[in-house]
Amino acid sequence: MTFVVEAAVDGRGFDVSLRVGPGETVAVMGPNGAGKSTLLNVIAGLLHPDSGKAELDGRTLFHLTGGHGEWTAPHHRGTALLAQEPLLFPHLSVLENVAFGPRSAGASKQAARESALRWLAEVEAGELQARRPAELSGGQAQRVAVARALAADPGLLLLDEPMAALDIHAAPLLRRLLKRVLAGRRAIIITHDVLDALMLADRVVILENGSISEEGLTREVLQRPRSRFAAGLAGLNFVAGGITEHGLEAGGLSLHGQHHDLPGPLPAGQPGVAVFPPSAVSVFLSEPHGSPRNAFPVTVAELEPHGDQIRVRAGRGGLLGADITPSAAADLGLEPGMKVYFVVKAGAVAIYPT
Amino acid sequence: MTTRKTATYTGIPGWIYAVAAAGALLVVLPLAAMVARVNWANFIPLITSESSLTALGLSLRTSAASTVLCIVLGVPLALVLARGSFPGQRVLRSLVLLPLVLPPVVGGIALLYTFGRQGLLGRTLEVAGLQIAFSTTAVVLAQTFVALPFLVVSLEGALRIAGSRYESVAATLGAGPSTVLRRITLPLVLPGLASGAVLSFARSLGEFGATLTFAGSLQGVTRTLPLEIYLQRETDADAAVALSLVLVAVAIAVVALAYRGPRAGRPVRAESTTPASATGGAVQ
Repeated sequence: MTFVVEAAVDGRGFDVSLRVGPGETVAVMGPNGAGKSTLLNVIAGLLHPDSGKAELDGRTLFHLTGGHGEWTAPHHRGTALLAQEPLLFPHLSVLENVAFGPRSAGASKQAARESALRWLAEVEAGELQARRPAELSGGQAQRVAVARALAADPGLLLLDEPMAALDIHAAPLLRRLLKRVLAGRRAIIITHDVLDALMLADRVVILENGSISEEGLTREVLQRPRSRFAAGLAGLNFVAGGITEHGLEAGGLSLHGQHHDLPGPLPAGQPGVAVFPPSAVSVFLSEPHGSPRNAFPVTVAELEPHGDQIRVRAGRGGLLGADITPSAAADLGLEPGMKVYFVVKAGAVAIYPT
Repeated sequence: MTTRKTATYTGIPGWIYAVAAAGALLVVLPLAAMVARVNWANFIPLITSESSLTALGLSLRTSAASTVLCIVLGVPLALVLARGSFPGQRVLRSLVLLPLVLPPVVGGIALLYTFGRQGLLGRTLEVAGLQIAFSTTAVVLAQTFVALPFLVVSLEGALRIAGSRYESVAATLGAGPSTVLRRITLPLVLPGLASGAVLSFARSLGEFGATLTFAGSLQGVTRTLPLEIYLQRETDADAAVALSLVLVAVAIAVVALAYRGPRAGRPVRAESTTPASATGGAVQ
């Protein structure tokens, strides 16, 4: 009883293989254009992949590999899709919207109505049942859309950035609601927000350029990111290179670091990464001496506010960051184009193979 | 404070209004001239003469029938043109729209060589005991021929504007294509369908050339109101003017019906436009 999909869309350079266990929620994250929505559309049957196959609870959704041509129409898949916009049917009342799935599945008017009322109560929107979608706020509409998707009793719930179109007051409420209704339910949620992945998902999948660059338990991916995107989500500096006996060598940059959680010594010669938080990076105008620290010359690319700190982006196309206080930035007289030294203690740099 | 409600910049140069007024006059002036020529003393007897009432009744009946036929045939055409994807789609669209630019008399000749006694299908139909040319059926066919593009164009536009996102959601909720068409697509484009149907009806009502060529002018059978007006003009100008006025009145009623203000139930494009305060206040 599991869900597996393998699909390739040649024109978009999309090639993904994914498995979701019963009751598991997987967060799919990645840059814009990485193929996240393509994945959901392929699973929902709204987009025809060039090859691949997918199964949900023993039923074939599609099988297009090796001369097979099986294709299940979207309405027979049991994969309800909740998009960024609620897309409530504007000509139907809230109750009729939620009853739409059960009605389409062949339930009697009475049974569909009861099911709809139950789900509306579940999302705390029972009092909205007689309203038209145009009379709802964005947050209310999205809650009704959640009820509508759940009322269809999907074997797999697909959520495409359900919080993205909501304002900052409505998003936390919907996130809490989703946490409740997604518990024990199989779902795939696309999100840009690391908080969603932490709160709602058991596992996170990073999709980049049409393929999965990294996947694992949400906590592990954030602690030990193996892709630049995941490191960005975790707010960590990320340097990919080759592991040496002492640390990591990456394009003229040599980093010393710790590898406490590795069972043995660093596997020299293997590709690896070094990650360290911007808060552990200090900025100096001249090269400091002494102490087991990494120091490397960089050119300041950008200065931007980051909480109550200033984030100095420098080196490697501005990909490395250092967080310093505004007064320190003023003392140093930092401005884009300046040559400075980034200094980080070896103990703050984690090095591990990829 | 100014009392003017709209003070937004329009960007229309003053002289445009002058040219626009000339354009409006071109339409309104002839109608006014015609109204001025109406023989009001005899107006009621003129439009209630037996031949007039017969023609008006025939016009209304055939136009209603061709409007129904336009809906039955035009809705599927608009759907496949707006949503479908098949080879020759663009060619089909051009061909369906052809009657819009074709002189109606040419359409009449084309219909004659299709359904006429010597026509493509005429002989087969005659064997089956059906003779279409110069019958009321021919009137309906001629009117449908010229009016169909109006329905297709306006419905196809409505379908394109509505997009197919609601249909996708409905499908993932388990609704089959026919259910989606009945419960989602058609209700969403109902305003477009209604205005298309009204325009088709109006075009059917005014049809002259194709009807005369394909159906002839037989009183009570094929002589619709425009044909009656043309015939009366030769003998009784007062009757022609009076009947023209009736047709103008019907046309105005139809146009008013098609372009009445925005109605409830019109598709709403985005629901997420309500202010944040409403969201916060409504959640307990």
